[in-house]
Amino acid sequence: MKKAIISAALGAAAIGMVATGATAATLDDVKAKDFVQCGVSQGLAGFSNPDDKGNWTGMDVDVCRALAAAIFGDATKVKFTPLSAKERFTALQSGEIDVLSRNTTWTATRDTSLGLNFAGVNYYDGQGFMVRSSLGVKSALELSGASVCTNTGTTTELNVADYFRSNKMEYELVAFEKADEVVAAYDAGRCDVFTTDQSGLYSQRLKLTNPGDHVVLPEIISKEPLGPVVRQGDDQWFNLVKWTHFAMVNAEELGVSSANIGEMMGSDNPAVKRLLGSEGAFGEALGVGNDWAANIIKMVGNYGEVFDRAVGPDTPLKIERGVNALWSDGGLQYAPPIR
Amino acid sequence: MTVYDKNKVSFVRSEMVGESPPPLSEVGFVGWIRKNLFSSVSNSILTIVGFYLAYQIIYVLVNFSFIDAVWSGEDGTACRAPQAPGDGACWPFVGAYFDQFIYGRYTIAERWRVDLVYLIGAIGIAWLVIERAPKRPLVAVLMLTAFPLISFILLTGGNFDYSSNFLWTSLIVAAVILVAAFAIPTMTKSNPWPTMITVAVVLLILAGVLLLLSIDFGLPEVETSLWGGLLVTLVIAITGIVFSLPVGVILALGRQSNMPIVRIICVIFIEFWRGVPLITVLFMASVMLPLFMPKGIHVDNLLRAMIGVAFFASAYMAEVVRGGLQALPKGQYEGAQALGLSYWKMMGLIILPQALTLVIPAIVSTFIGLFKDTTLVSIVGLFDLLGQMASSLSDPKWSSPMTPHTGYLFVGAVFWIFCFAMSRYSVYMERKLDTGHG
Repeated sequence: MKKAIISAALGAAAIGMVATGATAATLDDVKAKDFVQCGVSQGLAGFSNPDDKGNWTGMDVDVCRALAAAIFGDATKVKFTPLSAKERFTALQSGEIDVLSRNTTWTATRDTSLGLNFAGVNYYDGQGFMVRSSLGVKSALELSGASVCTNTGTTTELNVADYFRSNKMEYELVAFEKADEVVAAYDAGRCDVFTTDQSGLYSQRLKLTNPGDHVVLPEIISKEPLGPVVRQGDDQWFNLVKWTHFAMVNAEELGVSSANIGEMMGSDNPAVKRLLGSEGAFGEALGVGNDWAANIIKMVGNYGEVFDRAVGPDTPLKIERGVNALWSDGGLQYAPPIR
Repeated sequence: MTVYDKNKVSFVRSEMVGESPPPLSEVGFVGWIRKNLFSSVSNSILTIVGFYLAYQIIYVLVNFSFIDAVWSGEDGTACRAPQAPGDGACWPFVGAYFDQFIYGRYTIAERWRVDLVYLIGAIGIAWLVIERAPKRPLVAVLMLTAFPLISFILLTGGNFDYSSNFLWTSLIVAAVILVAAFAIPTMTKSNPWPTMITVAVVLLILAGVLLLLSIDFGLPEVETSLWGGLLVTLVIAITGIVFSLPVGVILALGRQSNMPIVRIICVIFIEFWRGVPLITVLFMASVMLPLFMPKGIHVDNLLRAMIGVAFFASAYMAEVVRGGLQALPKGQYEGAQALGLSYWKMMGLIILPQALTLVIPAIVSTFIGLFKDTTLVSIVGLFDLLGQMASSLSDPKWSSPMTPHTGYLFVGAVFWIFCFAMSRYSVYMERKLDTGHG
């Protein structure tokens, strides 16, 4: 009797085992299994959230689609694994996913001792402030004496304290356990200011009774660079993920978009030619086809298109480019040249 | 002496006065109210406060879910101030996401497979619940054997490829088990063939199952990472329930056994699983386990959670069953032994039927608790009904102040329906088996 149960359990456990083969050459594995396994969040507006048709949308998701476009010339060859914040790094380390694109902040610890590599920054986030537009506040430096709503026990709370103290301003902290409580308190007028990461402010704003009556102030008081993450020790794969992002930024800078890529193919600009693969063999050096960047732009778009589609002014989130503008427009998005 | 003059006396009753009806304040509706609700000052105050609270709750609930609710719309703006009548439920959000709440992101073209599993499951359970239905034992056996297999193939798509390593390992394990089944009875000088044949049959059945799972039925694979919503809740809860009862019974018997090793193993198992919170079990299964596994072996995330939940529930079930075993008077055991019944016959025919009926309420409580505990799997990246709903709240298209409230209300209602049904069935079973006499 007992033996039967034990062997039944073994059988059941074995059925779920599928060899994924996480060896050093991630690119070879990915090509062999014919899709990119991409770790995303369980739902974060504008970055990786499933829509009501069940399709994943957002900036983090588009990083993985672009990767699939670069490797396979088909942006749909990607599978998404929703991960909670706690299990995201294990999933990457154990080889369950090939790339983690889950609004993960680039920090020294993660980059070094966790055995991860950050392949660029696809969104520069940071803690910001939201106030009622009726207050007429234009800058966070005018917030002296304000009551500030935030979450308890997070760095958010400490950042606020540092910022107000270093600017010699008075403030009163109103802290709550849950993000939803913070929104409700701010909406009910318990405090003048709502602070959290800026991208979060934009999505929380949609939960307010009248989102149009609130503005996000331009100041960012902490650094939260978010980007895709890969395992350490596989430089080929690391390069490919890095350059996938750079290709999209370069494309925007050169004015190549999914709309005009057809005519841009015939462009005389050498930089465009190198990007689209009609000159040089940069794709080969990365281990993919030379039309890799052209495929990314055709199927996913350049960085600006991705931003506008996911979080831009025409979406409900209405996030301005701000620090995520190209370096040539005064922002931080800068890509090394393809040369 | 007084003489009555008939002409002077104006009225003499010739019969008894009939009973007059009780005063209006004592009968009917008014009387009932006086007696039950306003019999004293303190009771009157309690009644009024109670009614006030009930009114407030019902008023808010009805107002939210019906009167102020929004019934149609294309996106979240329909549920906002200018268009919405008030702070009411945003039902079009539930409508737009309803399929995801039921199936998760299961491939749309393949959802009929989930429907089919739901249908077979519903028919099977109804068959078992209705007493007059014919051939219930057969259906019960099918529901415990064929149904899980069919569901497994339908839901995942079947067509598994086994690595040669896996096949060789299984063959070796099977051979070792067969040799052990032959050797152990031989050493104790009993006839090895009955054990041998039983073990061989079990192994053959397992091989058959493995073979069946490797057949290509032409069903496209649907990975478990796409599963979600009610599907995941039911899959985890039902496997947990079906697994925990028999395993719990065996653990409870083992804990009371006279054989020290069996007893120690059962005690350790039970106390280990009862000693750790379910959330820790799930974290271990999803975060630590992959690090321990050799490279290249990946146990499905959903399967890990299912095993964790099932073990956890079995430990609790074991203690519930043990309570029933201890509640039986010693005479029952002694009587059975006096009849010359073997251990398993005594347990199967005399002890367990009585012990289990005694603890029906506690068993069903454990089931209900297990069903609700499935919501914890959302912390390991699985989307149960609650997790699926919470995930859909991140959709900026449907964001509105009342969207979260609506979603939570809906999920709460679904959970209530399932748990209430289970609890009613338990009440019905108790009445039928009449365990109230103690």
